[in-house]
Amino acid sequence: MTTTGRLTRDTIDASALVREVAGPSRGAIILFLGVVRELNEGRGVTGIEYSAYEGMAAMELRVIADEAGGRFDASSVAIVHRLGELSLEEVSVGIAVAHGHRGEAYEVSRWVIEELKRRVPIWKREHYVDGTREWVDPTGRRTEGATA
Amino acid sequence: MSVTVLLFASYADAFGAPSIELDLRPEATVADVLTEVARHPAARQLPPRPLVAVNQRYASATTSVRDGDEVALIPPVAGG
Repeated sequence: MTTTGRLTRDTIDASALVREVAGPSRGAIILFLGVVRELNEGRGVTGIEYSAYEGMAAMELRVIADEAGGRFDASSVAIVHRLGELSLEEVSVGIAVAHGHRGEAYEVSRWVIEELKRRVPIWKREHYVDGTREWVDPTGRRTEGATA
Repeated sequence: MSVTVLLFASYADAFGAPSIELDLRPEATVADVLTEVARHPAARQLPPRPLVAVNQRYASATTSVRDGDEVALIPPVAGG
């Protein structure tokens, strides 16, 4: 079982991620890619800037990969999250999960992205078509003065 | 004792700095950190009980904060 989790400022190489988890006993590999989208809650988006509490975020990514690997016997998991300024259609997060069988691979893949969104200290500031920028708060609360 | 509290994203913007220095009593807890943070005018832009990490792990109100610990306020996370 291989488990890795890390941050990067470089373009995410999906094929390399798949190669990290592949192996002769792995009958199923699921690749999840999170991609910068042109619309969020009705507002036109031109790009997203990602930042992190880097030491803690890298550690949480490794912990999630380890936990996911142990959740089902011998899942291999590779997680990479991008930081910096991303344009539309660029990949912000890549998750590759390999298992002997597809059922477990799908389940682990879904679990990893949900855990990542719940607890890894990464933040994104969306840039909108009208030139404004705003930190995204999934809890729905707007921080005063956060727009620039 | 003096403790540096790391700030990120919207919280760093609110305080206009990547960290603040707090003066805490020895044997302080996360609750004491939040009480001191709340005295700052910029704290009104934060939720009433922001998440705190001590030494890069999520902490509760009763978690101890010792001299030299790495303390951070964690805004709502938005990875993915």
